[in-house]
Amino acid sequence: MCGIVGLFLKDSGLYPQLGALLAPMLIGMEERGPDSAGIAVYRNGVPEGAVKMTLFHADPDFDWQALVHRLKKDLGTAAEGEVRATHFVMMAQIAAEVLRPWLARAYPEVRVMGLGERIELFKEKGLPSEVVERFRLAEMGGSHAVGHTRMATESAVTTEHSHPFSTGLDLCLVHNGSLSNHNRLRARLARRGIAFQTDNDTEVAAGYFTYRLREGDSLDQALEAGLSDLDGFYTFAIGTKDGFAVLRDSFACKPAVLAETEAWVAMASEYRSIAHLPGAREARIWEPEPARIYTWTRPAAA
Amino acid sequence: MITLDLQDSSTREINRRLHQLAPDTNETAWRIANPKGAHSLAVGLTLPISVEVDGHVGYYCAGMNKEARITVKGHAGQGLAENIMSGTVRVTGNASQAAAASGHGGLVVIEGDASSRCGISMKGVDIVVGGSVGHMSAFMAQAGHLVVCGDAGPDLGDSIYEAVIYLRGKAASLGSDCVEKEMTEEHRKTLAALLKRAQIDADPAAFRRYGSARQLYNFKIDNVGSY
Repeated sequence: MCGIVGLFLKDSGLYPQLGALLAPMLIGMEERGPDSAGIAVYRNGVPEGAVKMTLFHADPDFDWQALVHRLKKDLGTAAEGEVRATHFVMMAQIAAEVLRPWLARAYPEVRVMGLGERIELFKEKGLPSEVVERFRLAEMGGSHAVGHTRMATESAVTTEHSHPFSTGLDLCLVHNGSLSNHNRLRARLARRGIAFQTDNDTEVAAGYFTYRLREGDSLDQALEAGLSDLDGFYTFAIGTKDGFAVLRDSFACKPAVLAETEAWVAMASEYRSIAHLPGAREARIWEPEPARIYTWTRPAAA
Repeated sequence: MITLDLQDSSTREINRRLHQLAPDTNETAWRIANPKGAHSLAVGLTLPISVEVDGHVGYYCAGMNKEARITVKGHAGQGLAENIMSGTVRVTGNASQAAAASGHGGLVVIEGDASSRCGISMKGVDIVVGGSVGHMSAFMAQAGHLVVCGDAGPDLGDSIYEAVIYLRGKAASLGSDCVEKEMTEEHRKTLAALLKRAQIDADPAAFRRYGSARQLYNFKIDNVGSY
């Protein structure tokens, strides 16, 4: 089953409320996905040349400050960050290509959940309402976010198998449905240098879009190509550094509602996750058409 | 008008209240406030009461309806008026997938658009859509009428039996065994009556008729009366 939600704010005056608006959206989808939940929030961009990384360690008492100290000692890079439950959002003036191999060597048990300039990604087993509470979602501001509540059908219930999946810089994906050609596609993408952390089907879709974008596709082109290369059932909500997209397969069996006002665009598996948003009743509300790409982009930062 | 508010009562309490009405009840006008996308509202009603739902509803609203006149002032999620037996269900906005699926009788009016599989396996219900319908509408439709004032998505009327489709706009494609048929005076009359019942203002002369080529199933003329 699963539930997916996305919220893209057009009115920057609402940015401080992003998390507070998103939290009820996610909790509204609890019945559709009680196994785990996750969110990706786009906020607080780092300066050029710096990187923002969301890290996960299974031990909630893991000493993140020790990691920051060791980074300084090993690479001479100063970092700062913020702990949210089992996750640590770290910002450092360093290239991702340098930071990542260091992390894999020094802390092989630490997982990279999200990586880029604006993305912060949190996911965990448990009821969405608990997950929202644990990560203090309601206090997070930002421009846009996607979220997922999972009812697992095709791979294990672990934090790693939870959505959103992020395989490229600032790109992440939540999925309702199941893909049928993910094994072959994973092998193909792995040969082209896309790294996967799990055997989950959705991670392959995220990897696929990362690959297409890396090869020079625009987001629209990548999604268009996905319509023919991804086989299975899906409604996707996708976040990029400055954009938000929704895509359904051509059969469109998996539910989706879009709602748009002057101030925001919201997507959810069911309208009840949108009903609480300001002006929802008067919003333009429609069901996204099958095999049609819907995208919204933030105006370039001044 | 008696108001039931989802702010104070659960869906189950509201539906139970409506189910417990006696056949000779005087309480015939109801309003449901604050639906906020709740599922399964006003399902299984069996009396000729009127129910107005004030806002957008979730899945399976007005399912299995008998006799009741249900109006949703807003949009409806999937499975609207599923298996409707009689009565009227009206939505002032759009409806999601499989509206009036498997409906046996009555009238379903969607003033906006309906998405995919509208009238799938319909068995006698009349459906009037003010806007357009999505793909595979009237799939395996057995009896009744589907009137579409806008356009139809791909594979309209796939594997259709004896249901009749009236379409004013264009079909992206016709499904297997669905063909355009002649629009006679009799059909225009039927259509005019359907539009009138639905209170939808459209000129019957602007519609085309579609139905089964009867190549895909064993049509026997002796059975024509049972549709």
